[in-house]
Amino acid sequence: MKTMSRLLHFILPVWRWLLLAVGLGALTIASSIALLATSAYLISAAALHPSIAELQVAIVGVRFFGLSRGVFRYLERLTSHETTFRLLGRLRVWFYGVLEPLAPARLGGERSGDLLSRFLADIETLENFYVRVLAPPLVALVILAGTGLFMAGFDVRLSALLLATLLLVGVGLTWLSLVLGRKPGQVLVEAKASLQADLVDGLQGLPDLLVYDGLPAYFGRLDASQTGLLQAQHRMAAISALQSALNQLLTGLGTWLVLVLGILLVSTGQLPGIYLAVIVLAAMASFEAVQGLPLAAQYLESNLQAARRLFAMADTPPAVLDIAGSQVKIGSADLTVEDLGFTYPGTSSDPPTLSDIHFELPVGKHIAILGVSGSGKSTLFQVLLRFWEMDAGEITLAGLDVHQFTQESVRQCFSVLPQNIYLFNTSLRENLLVADPAANPGQIGQALSTACLDEFVASLPQGLETLVGERGLQLSGGERQRLGLARLLLKHSPIYLLDEPTAQMDTLLEARIIRNLQTALQGHSLLWITQRLVGLEWMDEILVMQAGRISQRGTHAELIGVDGLYKQMWLAHNDLFALQDS
Amino acid sequence: MKPPAIKGYNTSMFKRLLRLATSNRLALALTIFFGWLGGLAAILQAWILSRSIDGVFLAGQGLADVAGLLKFMLGIICLRALATWASERLASSLALRIKSDLRNRLVHHLAELNPAFTQNQKTGELTATALEGVEALEAYFSQYLPQLALATFIPLSILLLVFPLDPLTGLVFLFTAPLIPVFMWLIGKTAESVTQRQWHTLSQLSAYLLDVIQGLTTLKLLGQSLHQAGRIQKASDRYRDVTLSVLRITFLSALTLELLSTLSTAIVAVEIGLRLLYARMSFQQALFILVLAPDFYLPLRLLGLRFHAGMSGTSAARRIFEILDTPLPNSLCHCEEHLPSNDIVPVGQAIPLPGGDCHEPRKTSGSRTSSLPQIPLGQGNDKTGIRFEHVWHTYASRSLPAISDVSLDIPNGQVTALVGFSGAGKSTLAAMLLRFVEPDQGEIRVDGQLLGSICPDEWRQHLSWVPQMPSLFNGSLAENLRLAKPHASDAEIEDACQRADLLDFIRTLPLGLATPIGERGTRLSGGQAQRLALARAYLRDAPLLILDEPTSSLDPLQERRLLHSLHDLMNGRTTLLIAHRLNTVRQASGIIVLDSGRVAETGTHASLLKSGGIYASLVQAGALT
Repeated sequence: MKTMSRLLHFILPVWRWLLLAVGLGALTIASSIALLATSAYLISAAALHPSIAELQVAIVGVRFFGLSRGVFRYLERLTSHETTFRLLGRLRVWFYGVLEPLAPARLGGERSGDLLSRFLADIETLENFYVRVLAPPLVALVILAGTGLFMAGFDVRLSALLLATLLLVGVGLTWLSLVLGRKPGQVLVEAKASLQADLVDGLQGLPDLLVYDGLPAYFGRLDASQTGLLQAQHRMAAISALQSALNQLLTGLGTWLVLVLGILLVSTGQLPGIYLAVIVLAAMASFEAVQGLPLAAQYLESNLQAARRLFAMADTPPAVLDIAGSQVKIGSADLTVEDLGFTYPGTSSDPPTLSDIHFELPVGKHIAILGVSGSGKSTLFQVLLRFWEMDAGEITLAGLDVHQFTQESVRQCFSVLPQNIYLFNTSLRENLLVADPAANPGQIGQALSTACLDEFVASLPQGLETLVGERGLQLSGGERQRLGLARLLLKHSPIYLLDEPTAQMDTLLEARIIRNLQTALQGHSLLWITQRLVGLEWMDEILVMQAGRISQRGTHAELIGVDGLYKQMWLAHNDLFALQDS
Repeated sequence: MKPPAIKGYNTSMFKRLLRLATSNRLALALTIFFGWLGGLAAILQAWILSRSIDGVFLAGQGLADVAGLLKFMLGIICLRALATWASERLASSLALRIKSDLRNRLVHHLAELNPAFTQNQKTGELTATALEGVEALEAYFSQYLPQLALATFIPLSILLLVFPLDPLTGLVFLFTAPLIPVFMWLIGKTAESVTQRQWHTLSQLSAYLLDVIQGLTTLKLLGQSLHQAGRIQKASDRYRDVTLSVLRITFLSALTLELLSTLSTAIVAVEIGLRLLYARMSFQQALFILVLAPDFYLPLRLLGLRFHAGMSGTSAARRIFEILDTPLPNSLCHCEEHLPSNDIVPVGQAIPLPGGDCHEPRKTSGSRTSSLPQIPLGQGNDKTGIRFEHVWHTYASRSLPAISDVSLDIPNGQVTALVGFSGAGKSTLAAMLLRFVEPDQGEIRVDGQLLGSICPDEWRQHLSWVPQMPSLFNGSLAENLRLAKPHASDAEIEDACQRADLLDFIRTLPLGLATPIGERGTRLSGGQAQRLALARAYLRDAPLLILDEPTSSLDPLQERRLLHSLHDLMNGRTTLLIAHRLNTVRQASGIIVLDSGRVAETGTHASLLKSGGIYASLVQAGALT
């Protein structure tokens, strides 16, 4: 109920459109009722052979209603679509506003792609909310009231009888098909999901299945999930056939009852015989208003589910909240981290993801963070960027606690290269300009050459106008990483955070990029995550992370002099190279 | 049972779809029959209605006089409901059957097309075709197709009845009815392009929105996230304006359709009313015709409503048939048919028989125990190992050959390393040994025996494969491992995991080997997935090993452990190693350097370094890490 009222809240600003559309919808159905009723009157009256003048009104009526239905339907469709599009536009902007503060902490990490496209599908499901969910019962209500009054004009009992059967279809049958369909509907959704998972498995894993002769077993599994889907669909089809048949039966029965009562009233002289055909045909036509309601209820169900998911997202508190009155201006880019502790909410805090992290990064210092995967390096960046709230300790910028600044202004201090580079589905140039819409060609060229991308771009027939494709997938991993690097260099924020910037490059390129960065980042602060022992000699300080703690710190020369993880890794690294000389 | 190759390309989509439906003629005929029965019941109901109203209104009859008629009418109403029920049940079971058969054929065909085809396509698109695309046919078969028949039968039945009764009304019906399909066809013609354009705008908007939302973190990092709301509003508004201007015209044609049927009813009403006035027809006749008029146009209007289902079904079918028509790769022999024998297959879409140099004739019935020669690999007298002789291959989508004139030897029991830049043809050579790709020219011999003469399934049983990105299936870790050896004992699995350096990781999992993995379970890191592939190879314990060396970034400690594992695995097996690192190349007994699809150099590490060619420059440049 709460979801419904929140959903209706979205409708409020477009209520005029809504009212207009419902009115036109009712007029459409009213036209066909009136067409049959006036036609019935016309021939009934004609059967009594009056003068033609007496039939003129009826003839005009028949002609009018014959025309009006189409016109009303046309206008109704236009207004209802206008309403829908206005609604949808609002929903999209609203939902973006919901997501913005939640990214990335509350958006489910790696699988976010699937999650987000599901949300977009939910918004599109709500496209139906007006046309298929809200409008039909409102239109039905208007028609019910109108038909009720019309029939009451002849006899109240006729009116009561017709309304009762109309409600039996509109409410009773709707309720029945909802109740019957609920469980199989869920089974159907699950069966579909499981078949989809199996299909993805088979298509992606085909090489492995072929090599290991797993196809027969796989087809067996696929058959089983397909059978599951078939059974669920059979059940749904049975319910829908039952609903159609009952709909047909009740419509016929309603007409029949009106006919019987009408005959009774005529034969007892309570109703002029000329109206008998009128009421029967009007009754017959009025069922159009309720016949669509069971379907509307099914749409309601799926719309509510979609809305519930969206509202649940909207109700998620962001991981980090700005304190009211936070400052926007940050004096300098001197960064310190003291006794920082953090554990992802909902995970075991033993050991914490990060604990007792402390270091100082005054302007111009270069620090490398080295550690095996899972040691908490990337998490440290997430906390520094205020995507997550620290559990303990303090981060300061320009000597002040970061809580005194807005998240937005803290992020303005950092130029970040994340591990997974996201590229927008547009040209290389547009992707670069996201960082600085006002960047001039000189700056772009400089960034490209630092990121070793200039030759690549020059080799493309369309140069910077080349499209990168969905999520940048037209480019190789290494190219994406370099484009991310070039983009980052255009941001010109004072502290550089690089998360394994060369992970997907060969050694040659890695060496060139490290050399370029060394020059380009002179005088800027740098925090550089790596697990490869390349280029560490020129770092001012190396922090070795193990299980969320800094286990060793010092320069390269100092660290290879003492026993510890750094020395082990260094030896292993050399070992791998030494093999070639053995 | 293999269908004869039928040229399906020039037959229209409609005929092909119809052929699918006629595979179950009886169900389709009964669906239409019951639908028609419902239509006849409606006619009868109209007659009784007019008869009893006439009696009461003009003949002054009472309820008792028409009671018999009314009871009859009640029966007809029930019959009509029953007919609706039967027709819908039959239609949906027909559609379900067609759908599942078609989906089976699609998936089996995709499997037979082999990885060279599927890896080139977007998995998401193929999955959507197999799932939603096939589902889109449901409405086509359960609604559109029966309605197509009913829209002919029911109006025709009414027409046959009305003509003798009242030729004038018959003429009105006769002249207006054909206009409806004509208008529908016109609407359909414009609507198809319009809907497609509109759908395109909508999908562009959705894609834009998804792009922005997925890149939200990036936008935040770049300080641009707050400006996007306005842009989304603008894009939505633009979409609304474009769509509405299109709809204003599309709806106009629907208006014409609607007008045609109501206006015709109005014309009939006035026309019979006037004749009734001058006593040229009876009231009962007039009422009967009036009640029939909406019923006459109803099936045609329903067809209009279901036209959309027909269109989307057709476009979905186009993609499905496109895949089914993709010929199976050249010279892939099959020792077993994966195609199930079902009723639909003989209807036959063009699945050409593999031609070319297929040495083993296709068997008609599936039997795994084939009478093929023993797989050699050092078992027979000839122990020359695997030998490529002047092998060429060009992928269908490319103009340049991936492999040109390659001749090389992979000796039994030794490690042969392939080295070269990406795109040099290393993966294609591996794919040939895996039998995913067959040579266009030249021969591959295994201990003297032609590889093409060995059935791929048989051949693959004698090899293990460690790809860079192994596939993980929905299921437990143990199930994923047992893929390589279905009846492996727990001890065997643990042993393989131990050797692949995976056991420590498994012990940290609360559920151990029963931990669900894959898309819907725990995600494994790149390194863990690679070790799982190694464990699979250990389990399979096959004489031939094809190994694509892992490149994902590992720290030096992990890398060293992985190397030890690899070393043990390769020991004593005929190994083709796609190498990216110097230290594994060093261990190879032979090195083959590929450059642009050709063999550039062969030798050992020492001899190649000495000769100062590509290999030596690769090593010096550090391109092999």
